Amino acid sequence: MKGADYVLKVLVYFSLAIGVVIMLLPLVWMFSASFKPLGEVMRTPPTWIPLQPTVNNYKEVFRQVPFAKYYLNSVIVAIIVIGSVLITSSLAAYVFAKFEFPGKQIWFFLILSSLMVPFQVRMIPLYRISVSMGITDTLFGVSFPWLVDAFGIFLMRQFIITIPTELIEVARIDGASEPLIFWRVILPNCKQALSALAIFTFAWNWEEFLWPLIASNSNASRTIPIGLQSFAEQYGSNVHWQMAGAVVAIVPLLLVFMLLEKQFVEGITMTGLKG
Amino acid sequence: MRLSSSQRETLWAYIFLIPTLVLFGFIVLYPFIYAFYLSLLEWGIFGNSTYTGLRNYADMLKDNLFWKSIGITLHWTAGVVPGIIAISLLIALALNIPTLKLKGTFRTIYFIPVVTNMVAASFVWRWLFEPTFGVVNYFLGLLGLPEPGWLASTKWALPAMMVVGIWKQIGFAMVIFLAGLQTIPKEIKEAARIDGASRWQEFCRIVLPLLNPTIVFVAVMLVINALRVFTIPYVMSAGGFTYGVPGGPLNSTRVFVIHIYDLGFRQFNIGYASANAFALLLLIMSVTIIQMKLIERPFEY
Repeated sequence: MKGADYVLKVLVYFSLAIGVVIMLLPLVWMFSASFKPLGEVMRTPPTWIPLQPTVNNYKEVFRQVPFAKYYLNSVIVAIIVIGSVLITSSLAAYVFAKFEFPGKQIWFFLILSSLMVPFQVRMIPLYRISVSMGITDTLFGVSFPWLVDAFGIFLMRQFIITIPTELIEVARIDGASEPLIFWRVILPNCKQALSALAIFTFAWNWEEFLWPLIASNSNASRTIPIGLQSFAEQYGSNVHWQMAGAVVAIVPLLLVFMLLEKQFVEGITMTGLKG
Repeated sequence: MRLSSSQRETLWAYIFLIPTLVLFGFIVLYPFIYAFYLSLLEWGIFGNSTYTGLRNYADMLKDNLFWKSIGITLHWTAGVVPGIIAISLLIALALNIPTLKLKGTFRTIYFIPVVTNMVAASFVWRWLFEPTFGVVNYFLGLLGLPEPGWLASTKWALPAMMVVGIWKQIGFAMVIFLAGLQTIPKEIKEAARIDGASRWQEFCRIVLPLLNPTIVFVAVMLVINALRVFTIPYVMSAGGFTYGVPGGPLNSTRVFVIHIYDLGFRQFNIGYASANAFALLLLIMSVTIIQMKLIERPFEY
């Protein structure tokens, strides 16, 4: 029995290691290609450590592509979206968890049903709305379809419902105003959920591709994914530059993830399991 | 005038709800109704529209490209979802072995693709799948296997993209499975062990049934994501050495959302595109309803 356990263990480590190689291979190749001249990128067999390492690709990419601007745009869009989602979700969730009022069931039902509606149904009307409002190709235009999130409301409600109602009643008897109760009693009790929702919202919003592809058509409002794609469409055959661009797009977020891994994984898991 | 306590409650409820309801109306409810209205219109050459009733829907059902793109989407879903679940479940089970070392390192590495920008990753994979100097074919060549044309081939382009879809989402499913596995009490497993259950019996009779709600949940999320897939096929088919049309070669990777995007924003066939979007809604609604039937706890965890 001990022997079988040992074999099993070796097998597990071996399979996990092969998996690691497959998971990391694209990133290693990208990193290595970003320091090679074009000729070496296209060489077979591939070289993993560049024979003639160069930083020219990075120089070219930064000369041709306003990456700093794309990053700034992505960060601003993320701040607008996360800020609005956190505020609207926590307020609405508090109301749906702890208040009784006419219309409650209908509104909650409407909001929950909208979870089933894919964005693709709304995108054409949203585009026409942004044209008529003159907000296409602006950062607000890129953010506005995401300012309220039914999933966020649902998630926060799941948490707020577990806060004892007595806490709220005690505060009311003490004469606290309703906004003060929300600020002092509700919000401090759902910090964990708020940070999970923030991380979850950030994670998908940072990747959002379809809407900004429609809504932005100049560097004024291009986020990182769209900036990368437009760069690829212009300079498609320059693999070496493209890989330098990919590194610039990937690495900063990877570093943030390494620093905040625990919060990141917990955020994704918590939103996953509660949702 | 003094308000009664229930009037006060209603007043405050709506004050707190105002920002949400205004935004919800503006970016969800109104666009939804507007989309249905658009789906009843037909666009002429000069951008003028006329009311046609349900004709867009009737045309859609007779459109070969509609059925083809639905088929491609289902093909994608049937390949990617079971692939992700099987692989990530195996990894999660391995990482759940109490005596395993380097657990944290393995988990971090498997999670990395989740936080890797999808457009950038699709670029990288596009070059890995390059038929002549790509690394994938280099390895296949070493193993003496056939070297397909991947993204240039109508047969192999979609499978190549599926690999990327699986690679990207394994980490996400893995962390949720790990969390699910950790909720299984050790005592149950120990009791089974004392009663003489083998590892395989333990897995089939205890772990799998207790993990079932988590598996169903992950499966539903992945299916909904798969039905709406866009970025990977778009990025991997457009751009590159030759600027390809999204969904190419020859529409072999034209997933349903690329189809809708193409109709709406490249052909400006707005009414028809809207009708197709409602078909996607129907598809996703049926998946959600099946989910509700499968999981009895729709609201409380």
